[in-house]
Amino acid sequence: MIEVTKPGLLTTIQDLGRRGYQKYGVSPGGAADMLAHRLANIAIGNVADAATLEMTLQGDELSLQEAALISITGADMNPEIDGKPLPMWRPVYVEKGKKLLFRNAGQGLRTYVAIEGGIQGDLFLGSTSTYLSMEAGGYSGRALKEGDMLQKNGRYSLNEEISDRLKHQTNDQGFAYTPWRLPDPSFFQEEIVPEIRVFPGPHYQLFDAESRQAFERGAYQTGSKSDRMGIRFDGEKLTLRNQEEIISEPVTFGTIQVPANGQPILLLADRQTTGGYPKLAQVASVDFSKVAQLRPGEETKFRMITHREAEQLFLCFEDRIQQCALAVRRKVREEMKDGKY
Amino acid sequence: MEHTIAPLGDRSFFVTLGEEISPETHHLVRTLTEHLKRKDLHWIEEVVPSYTGVAVYYDARALHAEFSSASPYETAAALFSEFVSGMGREVKEKEKVVEIPVCYGGDFGPDLSGVAKKNGLKEKEVMEIHSSREYLVYMLGFAPGFPFLGGMDETIATPRKASPRLSVPEGSVGIAGSQTGVYPVETPGGWMLIGRTPLSLFRPEEDPPAYLQPGDRVKFYPVSFEEYKRLEEE
Repeated sequence: MIEVTKPGLLTTIQDLGRRGYQKYGVSPGGAADMLAHRLANIAIGNVADAATLEMTLQGDELSLQEAALISITGADMNPEIDGKPLPMWRPVYVEKGKKLLFRNAGQGLRTYVAIEGGIQGDLFLGSTSTYLSMEAGGYSGRALKEGDMLQKNGRYSLNEEISDRLKHQTNDQGFAYTPWRLPDPSFFQEEIVPEIRVFPGPHYQLFDAESRQAFERGAYQTGSKSDRMGIRFDGEKLTLRNQEEIISEPVTFGTIQVPANGQPILLLADRQTTGGYPKLAQVASVDFSKVAQLRPGEETKFRMITHREAEQLFLCFEDRIQQCALAVRRKVREEMKDGKY
Repeated sequence: MEHTIAPLGDRSFFVTLGEEISPETHHLVRTLTEHLKRKDLHWIEEVVPSYTGVAVYYDARALHAEFSSASPYETAAALFSEFVSGMGREVKEKEKVVEIPVCYGGDFGPDLSGVAKKNGLKEKEVMEIHSSREYLVYMLGFAPGFPFLGGMDETIATPRKASPRLSVPEGSVGIAGSQTGVYPVETPGGWMLIGRTPLSLFRPEEDPPAYLQPGDRVKFYPVSFEEYKRLEEE
């Protein structure tokens, strides 16, 4: 069991989300930064749909009432145990009774904590993701509070293999970690570009030339009203050539739509399933992780690529994630054979 | 069935079947959705019907592996068009009418007087007009189980509120422009509220979780506050 001894700003239980319910108006939900969530699970040998904790801007203090294998990915909240920093992007074995402290994210917005076996949560329409607006799923459908007790599921065999090695090597602060770590997100994103890669949306041509230029050249600031539903940007106003009535249509993660005030909204995990605003652009899947890490007040730029490029980047991105999961399994089993750790 | 396919995301596309909201286009959407449900194409992950077409989420990796095509989208679009051309007949229209009790006005319908005033009607007339028509469920969206209903009498059409309410109670019946709908769950919203139903339209423990489905015909009937309370307890 893990006790929340001091809650963060907004910490929720998240998994891969709900699939197949959008036709009923149900948001897919799930981890906002799906790459960080998946890598956290991969690092310790969890299955892909094991639930993790998603911390936002300011992390929690967690008290481990039993030993556990964990991993931390996403934004760096300077996690520590008794003043000693915990390394990220790799398996960490923590002894019973230890307190994990997460601080403010220095960069990025969302941190993910995976725990062996995955975190237990209320199941709602096939997923344990916390659905905040419906007050369902996850931990009683809400963000974690002081005194909440988190339960983990039974361990996977790879969890055990990693744990069994690390538990004999704990330091004075009661934790141990592997010498190897997962690559940075930029490895999966194929190239290191600060811009968010987008391709034209269905209503791109309806916008006037100045607006299209402004969107591609200008900087857009992440507004303070952004949340898991979407990012509200502040920047140069975007307008249509002619005022047009748009019929409500399905929208998806990364859809950039522009309401009448001309300020773009980028849709995230807890989005509505349909939208009636003109859709200017669509973020390429490969950069979903980047948008989920935009902090309030942070400036960002967009770079137009083609739909075909976005597809290629996605295939490459997925291949690398698969390779990474395979490499972790190999690494653990090789080192067991060699008697390393 | 005539259609055009265009990318939505890089792992989804939108199939357009018509350009405007009409019972005819809706029927095409429902026919396509029903056939997709029966056929269960293995590379399709999720289908989301709307007013003028259907969004299809596909497994780009599986398509790439199976057809080693450079563009999973092009493969998916070609397979989809092939499916559409081999598709069977149009589905039958639903005949059953779902009756929905509504307690109009008062605390349940704080905007009923606004709707009446805007259209030069008495509150009672708005109620009569709203409950006299049969509506068609075009699509679900906006919130879990939220039905977009078409077919409302233009004489009671009223624009949305200038600033949305932070919280609209579950069961609220509203008007936005010439559309009407029911809020199945508590959510922020900007529709003009004219009444409330005790009927639960979103039932996560049931399959499907939405009480109303696209293609359903709906009729509202007025009930008193006492009747509302009695139905709520049932």
